[in-house]
Amino acid sequence: MANVLVCVKRVPDVSGEFALTDDEQAVDARHLGWTVSPHEECAVELATQIAGATGGEATVVSVGSDDSVEQLRNAIAVGCTRAVLVEADLASLGPVDVARAIADVVRAHEAAGTTYDVILLGNDAADTGDFQVPIRVAYALERPVVTGISTCVVEGDRLVARGDGPDGPEAFDLPMPAVVAVMEGGVSPRYPSIPGRMKAKKAQIETMAFEGAPVGSGRVRLKLPEVETSAVRILGTGADAAPAVVDVMEELGVLR
Amino acid sequence: MSVLILVEPDAEGAAVTSLEAVTFARGMADSGGWPVHAVVVGPVDEPAWTALVDQLGAYGVASVRHAQGEELSAYAAAAWAAALVEAAGAVSARVLLASGTPRGNEILAHAAARLDVAMAANAVAADSASPLVVSRQVVGGAALEEMRLSDSGVGIVSVAGHACEPVAAPSPSVPEVVTFSPELSPADLVARVARVEPAPPDESAALTSARVVVGAGRGAGGPDGFKDLLSLAELVGGALGVSRVVTSLGWRPHHEQVGQTGSRIAPDLYIPCGISGAIQHWAGCQSAKTIIAINTDEDAPMVTRADYAVIGDLHEVVPAINDELRRRRG
Repeated sequence: MANVLVCVKRVPDVSGEFALTDDEQAVDARHLGWTVSPHEECAVELATQIAGATGGEATVVSVGSDDSVEQLRNAIAVGCTRAVLVEADLASLGPVDVARAIADVVRAHEAAGTTYDVILLGNDAADTGDFQVPIRVAYALERPVVTGISTCVVEGDRLVARGDGPDGPEAFDLPMPAVVAVMEGGVSPRYPSIPGRMKAKKAQIETMAFEGAPVGSGRVRLKLPEVETSAVRILGTGADAAPAVVDVMEELGVLR
Repeated sequence: MSVLILVEPDAEGAAVTSLEAVTFARGMADSGGWPVHAVVVGPVDEPAWTALVDQLGAYGVASVRHAQGEELSAYAAAAWAAALVEAAGAVSARVLLASGTPRGNEILAHAAARLDVAMAANAVAADSASPLVVSRQVVGGAALEEMRLSDSGVGIVSVAGHACEPVAAPSPSVPEVVTFSPELSPADLVARVARVEPAPPDESAALTSARVVVGAGRGAGGPDGFKDLLSLAELVGGALGVSRVVTSLGWRPHHEQVGQTGSRIAPDLYIPCGISGAIQHWAGCQSAKTIIAINTDEDAPMVTRADYAVIGDLHEVVPAINDELRRRRG
């Protein structure tokens, strides 16, 4: 039996254009939807698979505002059975703080009798892109950690994790408990079923408060890259433009 | 004080991404009045080692520290970070840098956790050396964050891939080479690569190093819609890259994805076909030198951001380009 803790972050869905708040401290999310990163969707799927295969429990945790309950319920709808919200103002937290909050949840649950054999996180958050929370969680709990992982399975008391390395697919064979940062691409996140959604609606969300003084993120301000006015040269319409395209390729010297 | 950069080796010497990061490091070091030192961890065979030291000399690096030892025969991020932290102490580093490759970010994050200091991932500019402020990519490269690191101790910064062109130093140096065996604990070796598995030829490496990339998005229409695009890629000696929609729909494998959750590319020419240009995709292709977009929608972001565009259905335009290429080759 392997219990899994999977971490998700509520982030604005910025697939289209967006603006910044007037104080330049955040993405103006008033007209945006909310989501979690694709890496985390895959981490939730892996958590559900590992718990299912070993008869363990998959718990989902999020650090953030109470709106994050929406993302926690979405994870329950696809197979997590327990959810925890660490209520905090994310604007005042940095990766050190988020990692500490997650480690605190692990310790609190351990003290109450639930141990986590595997902790899954997304490789990097879609908004802050810090690339470090999984590793800081591992150091806080003194556990081994691997990043950039596409698939992982429990084999006895070991966790076999695979990801793409510079020389080809790499395998790691880790003792548990372990921390894994998941990259999109190894599994397809499942869609919620109607019973799954019903369960999610009724699920109790355990709430904890963020303890202590945060270190913060060091953010001075956000800025949007300068929008270049379009200087596109239209080469033509439809198939008739083909000679002009090949002319450009020849000018650029990319044809061999 | 100094700037220390982790250099990742490849078969020919220093990886291009590492040379970009050395260029970035030199800019930072110059404004702080510091020398640049480099550290390489793990075995590097000849002739790559000699080439690497020569390259770093051309880039103005004062010394190259090489961490060696049997325990470093297989990659383990914690052990690499232990070596990096030891080297940082030896050169009194104020700033610790690496390229923002998967490994670069991983090793730096370990170092940041070990030193209990902040890390700025994927910087594109050093705004100030004192206080230490960098601008880094957030929201998948769609926005930048000015981030201030600690005023004392070590500041850790990874440099976004293709954030700057690799440029040799105005005055080259002959780097001092120092080898050392880092002190490692058993815990540093627990999460190490157990094996590199046999795989088909690494197509994603072909994608990131291709001079021409042919991009395909939803406009391909289905899993059978890639034949002409693959022919075009072959005719120009390039690679096929696709948008996230295409891999999410299962039309093409994930390793072909260009974007925030796929590969970041910097080809001489990118030809996105039927790709509207969502931020997720733009994050992965914005470093292309020239873009020729093919799209039915002249207002699509990919078209307005491109250098050249053809307005039309890729299934008509691409075969015509292929025919034209074949005709000119006789």
